[in-house]
Amino acid sequence: MEQQRDASSLGMWLFLATEIMFFGGMFCAYLIYRLWYFPEFAAASNSLDITLGTVNTAVLICSSLTVVLAVHAAQIGKRQAQVIYLALTLVLGLAFLGIKAVEWTSKFREHHIPGTSFHFEGEIPGHPGQPVDQQHAQIFFSLYFAMTGMHALHMIIGVGIFSYLLYYAWRGRYTPEYHTPLENSGLYWHFVDIVWIYLFPLLYLIDRKK
Amino acid sequence: MATTAVTAERDNYLNQEYGIKTWLLTIDHKRIALLYLLSITFFFFIGGFFALLIRLELLTPAGDLVQADTYNKLFTMHGQVMVFFFLIPSIPAVLGNFLVPLMIGAKDLAFPRINLLSWYLYIIAGVLMLHCMLTGGVDTGWTFYTPFSTAFSNTKVIEAGLAIFISGFSSILTGLNFVVTIHRMRAPGMTWNRLPLFIWAHYATSIIQLLGTPVIAVTLVLVVLERALHLGIFDPTRGGDPLLFQHLFWFYSHPAVYIMILPAMGVVTEIVPCFSRKRIFGYQFVAMSSIGIAVLGFLVWAHHMFVAGISLYAALIFSALSYLVAVPSAIKVFNWTATMYKGSITFSTPMLYAFGFIGLFTMGGLTGLFLAALGIDVHVTDTYFVIAHFHYIMVGGAVMGYLGGMHFWWPKISGRMYPESLGRLAALIVFLGFNLTFFPQFILGYLGMPRRYWQYPPEFQVLNVLSTAGSTILAVGYLLPMVYFLWSMRYGKIAPANPWAASGLEWKTSSPPPTFNFDHPAVVDWEAYDYENIPAPEIPAPPISAEEARIAR
Amino acid sequence: MSEHVVALKTNVAVWLALLVLTGVTTGVAFIDLGPLNTIVALVIATCKALMVVLIFMHVKYASDKLVKVVVISAIFFLMLLLGLSLADYSTRLL
Repeated sequence: MEQQRDASSLGMWLFLATEIMFFGGMFCAYLIYRLWYFPEFAAASNSLDITLGTVNTAVLICSSLTVVLAVHAAQIGKRQAQVIYLALTLVLGLAFLGIKAVEWTSKFREHHIPGTSFHFEGEIPGHPGQPVDQQHAQIFFSLYFAMTGMHALHMIIGVGIFSYLLYYAWRGRYTPEYHTPLENSGLYWHFVDIVWIYLFPLLYLIDRKK
Repeated sequence: MATTAVTAERDNYLNQEYGIKTWLLTIDHKRIALLYLLSITFFFFIGGFFALLIRLELLTPAGDLVQADTYNKLFTMHGQVMVFFFLIPSIPAVLGNFLVPLMIGAKDLAFPRINLLSWYLYIIAGVLMLHCMLTGGVDTGWTFYTPFSTAFSNTKVIEAGLAIFISGFSSILTGLNFVVTIHRMRAPGMTWNRLPLFIWAHYATSIIQLLGTPVIAVTLVLVVLERALHLGIFDPTRGGDPLLFQHLFWFYSHPAVYIMILPAMGVVTEIVPCFSRKRIFGYQFVAMSSIGIAVLGFLVWAHHMFVAGISLYAALIFSALSYLVAVPSAIKVFNWTATMYKGSITFSTPMLYAFGFIGLFTMGGLTGLFLAALGIDVHVTDTYFVIAHFHYIMVGGAVMGYLGGMHFWWPKISGRMYPESLGRLAALIVFLGFNLTFFPQFILGYLGMPRRYWQYPPEFQVLNVLSTAGSTILAVGYLLPMVYFLWSMRYGKIAPANPWAASGLEWKTSSPPPTFNFDHPAVVDWEAYDYENIPAPEIPAPPISAEEARIAR
Repeated sequence: MSEHVVALKTNVAVWLALLVLTGVTTGVAFIDLGPLNTIVALVIATCKALMVVLIFMHVKYASDKLVKVVVISAIFFLMLLLGLSLADYSTRLL
């Protein structure tokens, strides 16, 4: 059993390593275009709602805590606590997705979704009169939606996994001797949190100085 | 002998249960290996079929067999199928899956159900790719360069991209399984330094699969999004950079070629000591060189982009790094040679393939150094020189390694011996056919014949005809083993547990092995390749024929 | 994976630190530090990530080094991708 747990944990870590490289490819694209098109990236970044972004970051951080508490509850054999913390994690995860949906809707209304109706009306921070290159701005938003979209997809998968865990925790499956699925799913959830920890400053805080 | 008759009758993984459901729902790594064997052989035929059409078209300078657009599809699909659906899975998914647990003394891989999932993902990807090919195909070249693939091509780029994306998951899961298995499931006494070098090679391969494949996965996602939503990330007319695609694509696709060659090197490292009756020379060097290739392989990708528009300084850096990556490969060649020195060589079929590998891989590798030199690359890039270079490595190297391995372990996998003289004949045919096909292409490329062109100036015809002639001989060489392997399953001599008197745990269990690999759990207290303690098979003990086995029952 | 049970108050402390750092990141973004803004933001993000990895994900308490090797390797190769790509992009117009 010990070997099994060791093996599955290592397996999850290796999977997370692949995820680092997966998101990394998009971070690479982001890095290059931020260097090339900094003014438009800054302008576009300022059109994102910094309050919602910060709140979402806090939401994910809280959800990481509830995950840790759920695993802790399993380690000390508290079924009730497990269920509560897993449910809280789910609630927070759904809250994150909800806020994301709100943000995306406002992007849609502002015509910031890349495509035929894309039109960006912003100003370059520090250079109010400077014309904004629509193509450069569109690249920011392409990357914004690709990266937050991929992140959201991973959150949705996480929500699915944790719903499954919630059900089985309620059924009493996870004990101090066996709670590997909780631990490994926790690793996944924390990873998704870490991706957002980097996405937030890179997307929302490019150039907010007045 | 009574014991061999009993051996032929034992419960093994093949006869333990029958029925298609027991195969399609198996979690036995050996059965999954055979499922992969069937599937990759199928795709090898498909890719080979496209190759044949290419070579037929190139018999004449004029474009007279197919239209230019069709020709673009032919070379694209030849490349995609061969790379993603044959070469990348071949040795790891067939021989690796079969042998990794056996070689380390484990009952199965760490995650048997994920292993089966791996195969199903491969099949789903394969079906999608087949559908794509049957409904129009792709014409972008296997490299999918933008903006052609994202904005201009009228072919099924999205479908092909998705198929490759899914096949990538299959690859990642196989790698993940191997790494965990090798770390956590070695038999007692099987220390890292007692591992067969085949295992080291697959460990290194798995690292590449894990770290590289996700990058092409996300790149394909971006390509699909760009094509579907007209984004512009890679499109210069929309502010994007086509070179960004190339950087991301080659970041995986260069290490991918090491995914294709490292396992073959692992196979050769098992074959050479056995048929030289000598332990491998420089075990540590060979082990470390596998890891070295895996790591250094990630540092050289832009050598595919020297003339694409990267900066000269970047080109200089990548050129220097590309020279560096040749070193670990050369170390292996030296070690194989040193192993054979003063060894007692048997020219068995696997050994013939190993010889072929060493020679042809060396040629392919050296021509890689030519390509790494910026001055030369400017002239021969995008010519047949490059095509010859990578076919020497992929076909002269990887495929020969695969065939050598299939012959070496066939007795273990099937419990039967293949006919040795036919095996040697086929190996020779492959070697001759291969060289006739691809050596002229070095010359063609040097003389300036571009790749991916469906017609060419008449002065290149003679060499092209030679190449096509070679390809037909090569095809015969490939068909022969398929025929006699199948034949051997019914009529081949029953194989003993260790027909080659080889070292390695896999030979200490019966041929074919029982479902859980070992009747008695192995405890290892000997070093790898201890050929000084293994008596050579003098005259191979006449294995009983299938007839005798039936009579004895 | 060790069966080391992390103390509750450690987890809560990390959580609070993460929230504080989030606030700091957002706040500092409004202060003009020139090119340092980006660096500060990334440094803070890295500190947060490290805390999650080491404590929430137990890497600090892992009994063998393998997990640390896995994480460091992945980051190393990502840095290779970013760094060597930059080698091209940053020297293009020289």
